[in-house]
Amino acid sequence: MEFTGEDIIRYSRNILLPEVGARGQEKIREGKVLVVGAGGIGSPVILYLAAAGVGRLGIIDGDKVELSNLQRQVVHFTGDVGRSKTASAAVKARALNPGVEVVEIDERLSAGNAAGIISGYDFVVEGSDNFETKYLVNDACAAAGKAFCTGGLSRFEGQAMTRVPGAACYRCLFPEEGAGAETCAMAGVLGAVAGITGTILAAEALKYLSGAGELLTNSLLSFDARTMHFRRLEVRRRPGCASCGDESIKPR
Amino acid sequence: MAIQELDVTRDRCPITFVKTRIALDKLLPGDVLRVRVSGDGPARNIPRSAAELGFAVRPVIPAGDDTYIIEIER
Ligand SMILES: [Zn+2]
Repeated sequence: MEFTGEDIIRYSRNILLPEVGARGQEKIREGKVLVVGAGGIGSPVILYLAAAGVGRLGIIDGDKVELSNLQRQVVHFTGDVGRSKTASAAVKARALNPGVEVVEIDERLSAGNAAGIISGYDFVVEGSDNFETKYLVNDACAAAGKAFCTGGLSRFEGQAMTRVPGAACYRCLFPEEGAGAETCAMAGVLGAVAGITGTILAAEALKYLSGAGELLTNSLLSFDARTMHFRRLEVRRRPGCASCGDESIKPR
Repeated sequence: MAIQELDVTRDRCPITFVKTRIALDKLLPGDVLRVRVSGDGPARNIPRSAAELGFAVRPVIPAGDDTYIIEIER
């Protein structure tokens, strides 16, 4: 695959990176990424992956844009309220980079459709707002031997982790569903915190595709925007984990 | 010292607490906010969330028809 004159200019800042280069950009262009959730975390992921020129960008979300989403879900604009999130996000991704194949999947990821949908992609970015979907993506990716990253938000705090086959999975870290928002006050979240978290996940996806750097595997990155403290906790694979416990791949 | 009234019986979570928070932020020292809520969910959650912010919350008063009065003091 050759780069057109326009591609060379569009992707020049990627190609100039020592760890990326022409080969890395080609891998990004060949890469297929599924973004689960076109919300606060998914918004920057969709924009950065489209901007970077991934080959196929799948966007799955069954919700419609609501007015209360706009404070943090920056891929959606005021005029998009009432529209499906996938359609709204896809319009922006295509306008940003017409060279990307954007696939709109206007439904909720479920146990019934997960394996089929995920099979069309090399990497999954999970940015939903519920544990059910997080476990679903974790388990479906483990079963398919697929790498993914996942992020979560709470008020001023964000978390991110990446999983490749053989590494600790989301269930190794959180065997049980955590407490959801217990009070309405818990629904508060700083929009920029969603942006930071999603941007970390976008970087992970681009590193995975291009082969640059080291992934956030076997660890959980968490930060608190009140103090801007970032810390990285080591996560070990848990023997007997319901999701990856019987994986034949050696821990790594 | 004044008593401020707020009715959030027609609102849903989290707007119930958004409106409560706006009213709480307007209170002067010694003022009391009387919030009328519908359902036992907000009747449990709003006192918790207000207490978390450092306000003193009086015992919740059932007001019939599944509504409750929550009095919060600054
Ligand atoms: Zn596991």
